[in-house]
Amino acid sequence: MLELFYQIFTVANVTFMFKGLGMTVAIAFLATVFSMFFGTILALIRTYGTGKMKWAATLVAAYTEFFRCTPNLLWILWIYFTVKGNKIAVCVFAITLFTSAVMAEIFRGGLNSIPKGQFEAAQSQGFSFLQTLWYIVLPQTYKKVIPALLSQVITIIKDTSFLKMVDVAEFMRNCAVVLGSIYDVRGMMMLFGFEAICYFVICFTLSCVVRGYQKTLIIA
Amino acid sequence: MIKGLFDGKRWLALWKAIPEYYVPGFIMTLKISLVGLAVALVLGVIFGMLSTMKFRPAKFLSRIYVEFIQNTPLALQVMFYYSVLPMLFSSSGFRIPKFALGVIGVGVYHGAYISEVIRTGIEAIPKGQSEAAASQGFNYLQTMRYVILPQTIKIIMPPLANQALNLVKNTSILAMVAGMDLMYYTDSWGSDRGFFAQAYFTSAVLYFVICFPLARLARYLEIRSMRLPASKKINGKEDAAC
Repeated sequence: MLELFYQIFTVANVTFMFKGLGMTVAIAFLATVFSMFFGTILALIRTYGTGKMKWAATLVAAYTEFFRCTPNLLWILWIYFTVKGNKIAVCVFAITLFTSAVMAEIFRGGLNSIPKGQFEAAQSQGFSFLQTLWYIVLPQTYKKVIPALLSQVITIIKDTSFLKMVDVAEFMRNCAVVLGSIYDVRGMMMLFGFEAICYFVICFTLSCVVRGYQKTLIIA
Repeated sequence: MIKGLFDGKRWLALWKAIPEYYVPGFIMTLKISLVGLAVALVLGVIFGMLSTMKFRPAKFLSRIYVEFIQNTPLALQVMFYYSVLPMLFSSSGFRIPKFALGVIGVGVYHGAYISEVIRTGIEAIPKGQSEAAASQGFNYLQTMRYVILPQTIKIIMPPLANQALNLVKNTSILAMVAGMDLMYYTDSWGSDRGFFAQAYFTSAVLYFVICFPLARLARYLEIRSMRLPASKKINGKEDAAC
């Protein structure tokens, strides 16, 4: 058993797999940052797009509904096969495209929970619309949506495992490469256990942060 | 991304491929979603109830299941069922049927999420309800069946509809293990001919057809559950005590 363990977890294999883990985290981080940015813009357009801007709000609504009702894997494959360019950039783009829709829904929920009085108060103090958003509304929104946001980040990390299908050198794919050289069931189980533990440590830490934060919200 | 999307010849090729690729794929995805949802609901109710019991080991067991499944990717779980499970039963080239693989995969994965939904639903019911039921001689299962679970329905329905939506989307993971579902057929036809735009667009529309009603349902239930229950009317007068 121990022999098998040393056979699988050689220094070369482990560094190779951890390189994949680094790639997973990097892709998830980039996708999170970009989709937070686009999600905010989309949510703002959908919430405050009234009057002449109504068409933009409708367009954003169609976008979010369409993307929320189709699988992420479909977009990854579609974009990967048809958009030329750096492999990793293309994959980040695909995940961002999908996640922006989800983020937009999260932020919209937050924006809707801001009382109207905040706007009126800001206006009475001479804030312009953009200033109101930047200094008053958005900070409150971000604070409110932190739990939902973090659980979405967990989902993004889990979703990067789809990239194995398009052969990007992320954690799942690198582990699958190592798995290819193992023929013993016990060895396979060890490797799957290792993979599961790595994902678990990252995601569980994040979900503990969510729960801790939610507790402080209830107290305050 | 949409190169050749308006090419008539390609659409004609797709039209010919529909009975052979898209129909069986779509049916498989529907079947897996329905059976998987049933499995997930059963697991969710069982583990949701376990996590609210006073008996510590039951709670612990349920926590382990929920945390472990929720914090590892579904793709990893499906790969595990695909490559390790058959080898535990026999060493020869036995393979789990793709349908069973899909049902186990999404069933176990969403069972964990549904169990959390049910737990929060049960915890939202005031404790006095189970105490009152106990005082009337109900045992644990009877309390759950007749008193607690019916009251949780209103709380848990919106997140459940959302889970059903995610479950349908997650069946697409089966494409990773050649699962004969919609995503797999789309991928295989698309890369066969190189008509990616047609292949994936059609597939997106088909997923949308299943998922959009579920999304609407979730929205509708959410709005309805926020409304307060209408007060009971007795002899035309509103009964304030109720």
